[in-house]
Amino acid sequence: MGRGPSPLTQRLLLLLLRRAASAAPDKMPAVSKGDGMRGLAVFISDIRNCKSKEAEIKRINKELANIRSKFKGDKALDGYSKKKYVCKLLFIFLLGHDIDFGHMEAVNLLSSNKYTEKQIGYLFISVLVNSNSDLIRLINNGIKNDLTSRNPTFMNLALHCIANVGSREMAEAFAAEIPRILVAGSVIQLLAPLSAADQPIRAVVLVVLHHGQREGVVTAATSLITTLAQKSPDDFKTSVSLAVARLSRIVTSASIDLQDYTYYFVAAPWLSVKLLRLLQCYPPPEDAALRGRLTECLETILNKAQEPPKSKKVQHSNAKNAVLFEAISLIIHHDSEPTLLVRACNQLGQFLQHRETNLRYLALESMCTLASSEFSHEAVKTHIETVINALKTERDVSVRQRAVDLLYAMCDRSNAKQIVAEMLSYLETADYSIREEIVLKVAILAEKYAVDYTWYVDTILNLIRIAGDYVSDEVWYRVIQIVINRDDVQGYAAKTVFEALQAPACHENLVKVGGYILGEFGNLIAGDSRSSPLVQFNLLHSKFHLCSVPTRALLLSAYIKFINLFPEVKATIQEVLRSDSQLRNADVELQQRAVEYLRLSCIASTDILATVLEEMPPFPERESSILAKLKRKKGPGNLPDIDDTRRSVNGNTEHNNNNTETTAKVSSDLLALSPAPSAGASLLVDVFSESSAPAAADVYEDNFARFVCKNNGVLYENQLLQIGLKSEYRQNLGRMYVFYGNKTSTQFLSFTASVGSPDPLNTHILHPVDPTVDGGAQVQQILNIECLSDFTEAPVLNIQFRYGGTLQSIAVKLPIMLNKFFQPTEMMSQDFFQRWKQLGAPQQEVQKIFKAKHPMDTEVTKAKIIGFGAALLDGVDPNPANFVGAGVIHTKSTQVGCLLRLEPNTQAQMYRLTLRTSRDSVSQRLCDLLSEQF
Amino acid sequence: MQFMLLFSRQGKLRLQKWYVPLSDKEKKKITRELVQTVLARKPKMCSFLEWRDLKIVYKRYASLYFCCAIEDQDNELITLEIIHRYVELLDKYFGSVCELDIIFNFEKAYFILDEFLLGGEAQETSKKNVLKAIEQADLLQENIDFQMRLFAGNFGGKPNNPCCSIRSVALDVNSPPQGQQKQHPSNINTDFEVTGLLFSLISQPSCLK
Repeated sequence: MGRGPSPLTQRLLLLLLRRAASAAPDKMPAVSKGDGMRGLAVFISDIRNCKSKEAEIKRINKELANIRSKFKGDKALDGYSKKKYVCKLLFIFLLGHDIDFGHMEAVNLLSSNKYTEKQIGYLFISVLVNSNSDLIRLINNGIKNDLTSRNPTFMNLALHCIANVGSREMAEAFAAEIPRILVAGSVIQLLAPLSAADQPIRAVVLVVLHHGQREGVVTAATSLITTLAQKSPDDFKTSVSLAVARLSRIVTSASIDLQDYTYYFVAAPWLSVKLLRLLQCYPPPEDAALRGRLTECLETILNKAQEPPKSKKVQHSNAKNAVLFEAISLIIHHDSEPTLLVRACNQLGQFLQHRETNLRYLALESMCTLASSEFSHEAVKTHIETVINALKTERDVSVRQRAVDLLYAMCDRSNAKQIVAEMLSYLETADYSIREEIVLKVAILAEKYAVDYTWYVDTILNLIRIAGDYVSDEVWYRVIQIVINRDDVQGYAAKTVFEALQAPACHENLVKVGGYILGEFGNLIAGDSRSSPLVQFNLLHSKFHLCSVPTRALLLSAYIKFINLFPEVKATIQEVLRSDSQLRNADVELQQRAVEYLRLSCIASTDILATVLEEMPPFPERESSILAKLKRKKGPGNLPDIDDTRRSVNGNTEHNNNNTETTAKVSSDLLALSPAPSAGASLLVDVFSESSAPAAADVYEDNFARFVCKNNGVLYENQLLQIGLKSEYRQNLGRMYVFYGNKTSTQFLSFTASVGSPDPLNTHILHPVDPTVDGGAQVQQILNIECLSDFTEAPVLNIQFRYGGTLQSIAVKLPIMLNKFFQPTEMMSQDFFQRWKQLGAPQQEVQKIFKAKHPMDTEVTKAKIIGFGAALLDGVDPNPANFVGAGVIHTKSTQVGCLLRLEPNTQAQMYRLTLRTSRDSVSQRLCDLLSEQF
Repeated sequence: MQFMLLFSRQGKLRLQKWYVPLSDKEKKKITRELVQTVLARKPKMCSFLEWRDLKIVYKRYASLYFCCAIEDQDNELITLEIIHRYVELLDKYFGSVCELDIIFNFEKAYFILDEFLLGGEAQETSKKNVLKAIEQADLLQENIDFQMRLFAGNFGGKPNNPCCSIRSVALDVNSPPQGQQKQHPSNINTDFEVTGLLFSLISQPSCLK
């Protein structure tokens, strides 16, 4: 910058000079600013002078009142004041206060022809105006005016606004407009948020990528192409060779070639990253020459990483490494060049010990993906000591988390014992936030790579001992499943849990596992006098009173199993069951179990007892529920799949079934011991919300008919949930706002709502609903609907959520029917009859005679016909008592003209309805719909 | 990039820019959560963290945190440099920028950001070109101002750096007459640390070349 004195001193001097020169009192700034808004600066100073939060709020309220009165006042405000007040509102908003007015004034600024006013208007809109605001139409209008204004600065502002707001509504509104401007060539802008992959855009951006001189324009265009290529890769195939050419030019350039696009001695880092990112949309190029050139580029990038840095600045190394990491991502994505993969791995290995925390973090993250490639898995494994060390010494929890991830990813049979041991020891000191995940990972690795199952059992029991609170139900279910399925480990398991239970304080999860395993396999260790049946029972029962109800229920089941296994303790156990604390337990589940088990043990013969309480049969093989849980936790993309085809516990080959959750009710068969009532078990079963979901409920359609002639109202209501609708239709398109109201005071969890629609309808959910709905809250979902051709079947809305532990499932028929795509058509009597005659073919007419269900009121009937969507034509029918209507049904494929006539007969309380359309299915459907309304 | 937030060490939001349409409620919730999370982190920790299904990249410049949310596929390091380039742009425009500049000229900070990022993507990475665009816009508005004053018959002196003087105005109001830099003047809300606010975001402007 090369100024003389430091800018700060310079400004201080200026300040003193100004102070000396101005005779103004201390509180008020004397200077009036040309461009700045003095009022705004004064206001900001005032706010900053406030000594307390209260004073600030008071000042803000005063200002809000002032602005409100100015906006409401009779005197028209000039543009400058409007701009100033809108700016103040913006500032107040940035301070964290809600702004509920002034939007209109901001929108007005859009139509100002002064640049600064327009600019502030746009700023306000992009910061403050919501996409579903009522003003969106006005805003779009303003934008449209600017787009067509031929004033490049105004066009720029408008384009900026569209790109930055990036809402679907705006994209829809201007999708057609923008390619036109683009082709006109006057302005080239980045249009990434727009999804319109039109021909002209394609041509233009590709040309830009090829010839573009200005690096900035190419940078912008690359972003656009990447977005578009993700949507339709085939259309942009040619971009691969262009990108490689560009990349190679940048990589080989001397750092000064690109002048202003060189950033701390790195040539065009942003563009390089974007190009590498674009290439990741495609497989390795098939053309050998192109492929060679790309490999060359990647090698050069890897080589550069080894060169001594050209600058000591962190910006230099960051920019250089940003390109390097993106290149490594591409290498991993291609997963086809073993040498490059191994080189990448070595490079990352160096970063693992770099002094920059950021680099260590990224190296760990990137290596995780490298570990999943067969070419580099071994190379990654060589860094195991460093990673374990990172786990122990890193001071930043997020880095440690990455280290855990990497250990998990690099684990295989050869190093499983070491890794599991390290993770277990880390678990003792791990941050609470990541404990559960580590527990899941240890459980999975222990299962997956267990050669002998005694190790597995030991590991899981250790897990429960170290971090019992973080051991989710899935984990202990799984250990029981495995013990039951493997008879070689059962004796060991029984012995180990027995020993573990001897500890003075043990975690409840251990009691659960212990209770279950001893109940099944206690006989295997009963020979030893130190673990005789009575000792086992007393040990379990000593924990009973410290446990929660579900665990107690499980223990009761273990007791009845004991009665079967060891007749000698029958009397003792019956005594326990008979005690008041069991038989009269306040908890229904416990009481019932105690009563039933007691009766069972008294009445049933030994044979029956032995049959009923037989050892549990092996569990069917399925994807580990733990793995499913971890995937849920991490989201499908994040978890490197350790290759699932390796042998699993049960000797079967487990296939990676694409994250489909097996529908088996994992735990219900585990816990619902045959004679036990299932109510208590279901308490536990509910953990598997998705898998044990009740079959879809009947589709509710009571209110369906009410919506034939109207668009808004309450669709569904029970004691928990209310569903309200607002919808609007235009031609063959519709938009429906679905409101879900939680009527209870408790949160709904895992809330999902999906729509299954028949083929002729396209429904698209704009935003997925938040999975939790707070008590008393209402959430909104927007559906876009497109009618492709005529249809009869209505879509079904499926809602699922968990309320107080139980899964609720509701299916409601959505009132989207053919007549919603009706556009009224006004016509004269003559026209009407002419068309009526044209539609005279027998299959085009559908007629129905039916009894009135409601009082026959002319006005109501008129309203219904209009609500149905047809235009009500007066003076067409010679009989004034009759109603005649006309309209057009819009579908994507065709438009169907419709004429209708309704003849009431008040004496007989009957109607005759006649529909004539050019398509028989439409006539039939409309007649069915409308005839139900009177 | 999904959004960018600028906030002070005290957790005061100075600038927010959203590239995804979200409800106000959602935005507030995210902001609150993120500001807390980031402020709780220690200086030596790494600049990236996982948050929901996004990656957060943040960096502290003097009293101000710059915090960006990017998607899973995006490059963390280059985002860090996007932040730095933005700070450089601010620095060049305001001349050794500090938090006060951004408070008083928040609209300018927005305009500069808009020239640099578009729809969450870096569109023009040349410092020269971005500043040229902003200068042109300033010229445009000064012409208008000039005309306005012509109409009003007022030919007031035109200060050379508009932004600088606004801040001076603020300082006039805020601080006692002289040598006040290092003290906390009693009439200033403790919430605003004057020293922090005045620190240039980039401590050694000369190394910026």
